[in-house]
Amino acid sequence: MKLKAVLLGTAMAVTGLTMAAPADAQDVIRWASASDALTLDPHSQNEGPTSQMLIQMYDYLIERDIGLAKRPALATSWVAIDEDTWELELRQGVTFHNGAPFMANDAVFSLNRAMTEPSDFRNYLSSVTSVEAVDDYTIHIHTDGPNPILPDWLTGIFIMDEEWAIENGVETAQDFAEGEENFAVRNANGTGPFRLESRQPDVQTVLVRNETYWGADAFPNEVDTIIYTPVASAATRVAALLSGEVDFISDPPTQDLGRLDADPGIDVVDVNQIRTIFFGMNVAADDLENDTVDGANPFQDIRVREALYRAINIDAIQQVVMRGLSVPAGMITSPGVNGYATDLDERLPFDQDGARALLAEAGYPDGFGITLHCPNDRYVNDEAICTAAAGMLGQIGIDVNLISQPRSIHFAELQQGIQDFYMLGWGVPTYDSEYVFNFLYHTPDGNRGSWNFTGFSNPDVDANIVAMGSEVDLAARDAIIRATWEMVIPEYAYIPLHHQIISWAMRDGFVIPIRANDQVLFKYATFE
Amino acid sequence: MAAFIVRRLVQSIIVMLAVAFVSFSLFTYVGDPINNMVGQETTMEQREELRERLGLNDPFPVQFARFIGNAIQGEFGISYRMARPVEQIIAERLPATLELAFVSAVFALVVGIGLGIYTALGRESVAGRLVLSAAFVATAALFSWIGAAIVAAVMLAVTFLYRGKWVGSTIMSLSLIGVSLPTFLIGILLIYVFAVELGWLPSFGRGEVVSIGGWTTGFLTPSGLQALILPGITLGLFQLTLIMRLVRSEMLEVLRTDYIKFARARGLTNRAINFGHALKNTLVPVITITGLQLGSIIAFAIITETVFQWPGVGLLFIIAVQFVDIPVMSAYLMMIAFVFVVINLVVDLLYYAVDPRLRVERAGGGGH
Repeated sequence: MKLKAVLLGTAMAVTGLTMAAPADAQDVIRWASASDALTLDPHSQNEGPTSQMLIQMYDYLIERDIGLAKRPALATSWVAIDEDTWELELRQGVTFHNGAPFMANDAVFSLNRAMTEPSDFRNYLSSVTSVEAVDDYTIHIHTDGPNPILPDWLTGIFIMDEEWAIENGVETAQDFAEGEENFAVRNANGTGPFRLESRQPDVQTVLVRNETYWGADAFPNEVDTIIYTPVASAATRVAALLSGEVDFISDPPTQDLGRLDADPGIDVVDVNQIRTIFFGMNVAADDLENDTVDGANPFQDIRVREALYRAINIDAIQQVVMRGLSVPAGMITSPGVNGYATDLDERLPFDQDGARALLAEAGYPDGFGITLHCPNDRYVNDEAICTAAAGMLGQIGIDVNLISQPRSIHFAELQQGIQDFYMLGWGVPTYDSEYVFNFLYHTPDGNRGSWNFTGFSNPDVDANIVAMGSEVDLAARDAIIRATWEMVIPEYAYIPLHHQIISWAMRDGFVIPIRANDQVLFKYATFE
Repeated sequence: MAAFIVRRLVQSIIVMLAVAFVSFSLFTYVGDPINNMVGQETTMEQREELRERLGLNDPFPVQFARFIGNAIQGEFGISYRMARPVEQIIAERLPATLELAFVSAVFALVVGIGLGIYTALGRESVAGRLVLSAAFVATAALFSWIGAAIVAAVMLAVTFLYRGKWVGSTIMSLSLIGVSLPTFLIGILLIYVFAVELGWLPSFGRGEVVSIGGWTTGFLTPSGLQALILPGITLGLFQLTLIMRLVRSEMLEVLRTDYIKFARARGLTNRAINFGHALKNTLVPVITITGLQLGSIIAFAIITETVFQWPGVGLLFIIAVQFVDIPVMSAYLMMIAFVFVVINLVVDLLYYAVDPRLRVERAGGGGH
């Protein structure tokens, strides 16, 4: 008992010590998630956790609010002044964390840096031919033809200080082949709501409020200090939240959500994520490597594709595998993306008899064997979804050989074109359907269609995709998008499964609005 | 003497080269690092160009030779994940692992020897029997983990041979669970009891650390010391059961010897006999085993570090594997191999110094 008392005393003393250290413990948020930012270089890595950390420190020209609508950030207005020029008025009186003023040259420099090798954001600005500063607070962005959604792409490019970059020799993004560390990897100088106080990669990152933030009055800005710790093990992360050692986890594991929600001291919030999970089928090849049918490709027959679609009992997957945390999907784009429509998102009904009849009609009354490739560490419960689907397909005679592998192998094989039936998930950073068409439906031509591994090709669809890239009349453009969805959905080159739902868990008393892109914005957080 | 040392050194170098070769060739199977490094929008040409710049397209012997050449100079390249030189990252992480290994080794040694003596002397008492059975269960559980590790290694080989087969990947996942379950479970159990339910000890991390000339230590702050307790116990438990059973059996052996009987006949106190004579003679093999086990503690820290988010090299390795961060993976494997090789070399040399028979044999075969 004495030992217990001593231990308890020490524990309390230490807790008191760490709680007392910051100026006002109320405004400190201890945040944990599975993986740390890879780098603090704003243009080096186009990766979720990295952008997640950077967005607290760096600003975009145009940002997205809680509902993901565009709102002015470092640019106060944006207009297309002619067919291939966008004019952006910049915000005045903004300073970087080091005190330097933000001006047009910084915006030009940052966009150029993001466009230059080896930046990971080159594709965001692939239509941009040049950027020029017209005066201290106006820039012109020239594109190779009309680009109606350039402002959407700009919501992904962070702005940094030109002088700071030159002074520290980081005029270009970190290059992995260089063999040395670049200054921007562990230092940051943005205009954002928080500045970097200290950083030990993979251990701890501390951010403190930027007292000169331009948006100080536009957002609640109640958080004073963010202490971020990556905790790789999901069970440990949950334990840390339950024991009060962290206040907020942005990726609680699905299986623990019930437990966390039941705890009176913890709140769980969720929202539909902009990410749709689906199966792709190789519809183009004359024969498949991965099936048991010789000399023919069953997926070439649309009746076979429809049969597989109808054989998936998505409600069972939603209730059992996903524990209710998914929204069955009929199209590969989620609510919140331009072009989404509830009537398009209707699935074909689950219908085993119809599926068997279709298979028989197509000449496979006894079904056939096919290999399904799945990742096992990329999407929520990805392997379990595939296992369930394999069982369901088995009931209509499709004998599925399931291969689930780590994402590093899955995606490499996918790109080598050796998978004929595969799982993939797709998010939409521009919140516009053109992005989905461009990558998943356009005929692969080296530029467009780079993630279309189905071989799906339709000249009319391709023409529409090109047209929506340059149509500046937004109503006409929306009509093209709608028409294109109506063309591609009934082709069943992909079997849509569901839109993912994301959850965040936080201690009672801390409120942070959840966003469909899974990105935390601490400037919106409030304390009750 | 010189010839013996040279021979041992040459053997060590051959072992290191073999480890380097095996680990480096394994990386061909862990997948493509490019995918984790670039966004989904990146075109095929850009991927190909990055692959070319990183030298991933070069033939295997060229890549291996380059790796060995750099490794000799202590350079392991730049981490694909963190964009920083690998040797720098490892140097930052090593103190955490070494401190944890030290604490668990001390814990295993002190408690293990204590319980070993207790069970040897009080083997008729109920408490003694209880401790012994508990230790037996613990050893069995932990040994089954090693068994699972061997199975996992075989399965890994099988999976590589029949890569992509459903059965193979399922067995691989199963064996992975088998490998990590016990230590993982002990760690989670301790976290559940002491962090979540009782709220006495932290569930993750190192607490506050003090940096002394590049070496970060958790020994100097209360939160740093607290943070060491749970992972230290988790990591040391296996060694503890091993040492305890070793001490017990050695002690029972020694207690039967003539000089102990003689000491009793002389009328020495139990205390003087047990601790002054018996224990002293027990400790020689214990010290040898402990020294050899130190390498395993450092190598086995991977799972404990993952459970407790302990910022050491083991956690670094696990995350590197998930990310296919080849420079970090190869550097870590080389480092662990180096630790084992050095410990074995030192032990060999010590035996040579201690055991005169070795010297005689070597002299006979030396040829003048």
